[in-house]
Amino acid sequence: MASESRTAAPSPTGEGAAPRPEDTPPKSDARRRERRSRRYRLDVKWSPYAYIAPFFLFFAAFGLFPLLYTGWASLHRVELTAPTDMEWAGLHNYSRLLSDEFFWNALKNTFTIGIISTVPQLLMALGIAHLLNYRLRGSMFYRVAALTPYATSVAAATLVFALLFGRDYGMINWGLGLIGIDNIDWQTGDWTSQIAVSSIVIWRWTGYNALIYLAAMQSISHDLYESAALDGASRWRQFIHVTLPQLRPTILFTCVVSTIGAVQLFGEPLLFSGSGATGGANHQYQTLGLYLYEQGWVNLHLGRASAIAWAMFLILLLIGAVNWLIARRLRKSEGDS
Amino acid sequence: MRITVPNRRASSPRRRSRRLVAVAAVAALGAGLLAGCAEDSDDGGRAGSGSKDGKTTIKVGVFGVFGLKEAGLYDEYMKKNPDIVIEQTSIERNENYYPRLLTRLGAGSGLADIQAVEVNNIAEIVETQSDKLVDLSKTPGVDKNKYLDWKWQQGTTKDGKTVGLGTDIGPQGICYRKDLFKKAGLPTDRDKVSELWAGDWNKYLEAGKKYKKNAPKNTAFVDSAGGVMAAVTGSYEDRYYDKSGEIIYKSNPRVKEAWDLGVDFAEEGLTAKLQQFQKTWDQAYANGTFATVSCPAWMLGYIKGKAGEKGEDQWDVAQAPMPSNWGGSFITVPKAGKNTEEAAKLAAWLTAPEQQAKLFDKQGSFPSASAAYDLPQVADAKHPYFSDAPIGKIFAKAAEGAPVQILGPKDLIIAQNLGDVGMLQVDQKGTSSEEAWKAATKAIDNALDK
Repeated sequence: MASESRTAAPSPTGEGAAPRPEDTPPKSDARRRERRSRRYRLDVKWSPYAYIAPFFLFFAAFGLFPLLYTGWASLHRVELTAPTDMEWAGLHNYSRLLSDEFFWNALKNTFTIGIISTVPQLLMALGIAHLLNYRLRGSMFYRVAALTPYATSVAAATLVFALLFGRDYGMINWGLGLIGIDNIDWQTGDWTSQIAVSSIVIWRWTGYNALIYLAAMQSISHDLYESAALDGASRWRQFIHVTLPQLRPTILFTCVVSTIGAVQLFGEPLLFSGSGATGGANHQYQTLGLYLYEQGWVNLHLGRASAIAWAMFLILLLIGAVNWLIARRLRKSEGDS
Repeated sequence: MRITVPNRRASSPRRRSRRLVAVAAVAALGAGLLAGCAEDSDDGGRAGSGSKDGKTTIKVGVFGVFGLKEAGLYDEYMKKNPDIVIEQTSIERNENYYPRLLTRLGAGSGLADIQAVEVNNIAEIVETQSDKLVDLSKTPGVDKNKYLDWKWQQGTTKDGKTVGLGTDIGPQGICYRKDLFKKAGLPTDRDKVSELWAGDWNKYLEAGKKYKKNAPKNTAFVDSAGGVMAAVTGSYEDRYYDKSGEIIYKSNPRVKEAWDLGVDFAEEGLTAKLQQFQKTWDQAYANGTFATVSCPAWMLGYIKGKAGEKGEDQWDVAQAPMPSNWGGSFITVPKAGKNTEEAAKLAAWLTAPEQQAKLFDKQGSFPSASAAYDLPQVADAKHPYFSDAPIGKIFAKAAEGAPVQILGPKDLIIAQNLGDVGMLQVDQKGTSSEEAWKAATKAIDNALDK
């Protein structure tokens, strides 16, 4: 709004001053004007800050403060039964994570589930985007359809998938039974349960990524394809040599977003198990998010849960740094070529 | 300067009003958000408890289908006390309800006037939160002698403050399918069935082996090994803690016995390899794939709901091998509530024997007030869905024989990990008993370590 008033200020030749009858106002009036103009300058200078302040206030209250407080709590022994009773523990909560096999198990699960959900998800999204990029009858319908899973709530989707993957009466086992494969106990096996959880993630996010790819694809200049076609490149060659390189920044972006999502994976494994936060009898699909929840809200150890939260945060920072390095390398190699 | 001043003057009314709008919007947003944090009203926007139009609102916070409302007790109380309005908020699962209750007790705000507590959490509440709860023992209408002594003790601190009044308990019977028993050549009459395993959980295992010999296709004797283990642990005085409050489950022969029996059931192939309260368990009821389950009184309604019409008159209830208890609840009155006095009165009324008998009649929650057992609603109670089994008598017998269990603050965590980590591995994955025990104890050690 401040900028609006600034742009509204007319140029020196504008009509603003011209029609004023008294060119030399009395002294008191001048002083008042002086004061007003000072206020105006203050207004212009400070009101932008006032306008963006709400965001920063809320960010401080609901983003920054919890982050810092979690960090502070992670250095203490705190139980949910007495959250104000904090006993200094130094780095104990972190050092015990190093020897905590449940933490490493959760980290490993997060990693493997992350891989088996993210890789197929992005590849499929790329393929779907490529198909949607052709001129299709009812393309709007397909685009909306691709986005519907994303709009479904995690809880609803997970409950349905848990039923589909049921051991005795699940539809997937029924389908496998038709082609002669015995019932699989999806939830009990290490890999099978992780695949089941990943499939929920894939189902929910593929369409979303496909639309992002599609948007990027549509901004690729047609000239590139035309000249490629003139050079005799097939559709596939065009995809490899024109589409993919042009999509590189977008692909990097979706990789980062999916990775962050994968590290924070929580709702799907929690609801898939149906009870408790152990992530299966063998903790076979307990992710970091789920382990954090178990420590904080089932075992009531807030300090330990906070340390896990910060460990997750550090892991994300690490991933961010790696991503930045790759991006820089990519940009360099682009500059070279 | 000369330029800007008139311009400013010209636009100032509009600007000011616009700025006002912006400030108002921000203020409204902020207020809304803050109010959202502070009040957290689950009841559709009505203001918090307190007096309004001369009426006092009492809020009750419960988990699951607690039954008080469903049995019409609130309506009855409100009719008797026209100045009282009772509002209930319920959170589906206790595992979500309990942490929230702790947070709010810690913060001293956001609490309902009456808060329910599950038996697995009562020891922790009594031990760590008693200074935040009202001592209900002196509330008019509360009479210690009308309750089962052990239930009363569970809600009472070491220095004699009773912060939790017992609502229901969970005396167990064995629910069984008559049609499956008949096909397998076992007796179907409930007295004969009770006799089959009277006095010894091992006889229950023997009956299972007999069942398996002629078992109808695709059925198992029992739902889960974990269920058997839980039932057996429920029939002894000590399980995870000893009297001095030490954790002894690793060396307690009772726990070992329960564990071994669960393992036997799994290894003999007598279980349907299910996990209780999962969708698959519900489906198994509907499809009738197991013949028995140890069922506390409160589970009868659940079974009826899941087994549905198809199971009508197929189910019956027999006495468990040994009297055993699983579950039950308490209600407490937090000091931070707004109407502690009225709330205490209501709590006393809700837990009085007459009301508990009504609760049993309507909802099947078995009274913890022993004075209720002679009331006709309990003594003559029969359950039509379970072949008119005299459930009042069956469960009263179990309740009176059930041991005075020693509870500890971390009972739930120990029980959960023994069942959902340890026994479930044996049952579903075929892990060896030693390895599964190791996995369970490791998880428990990790959970208990601060």
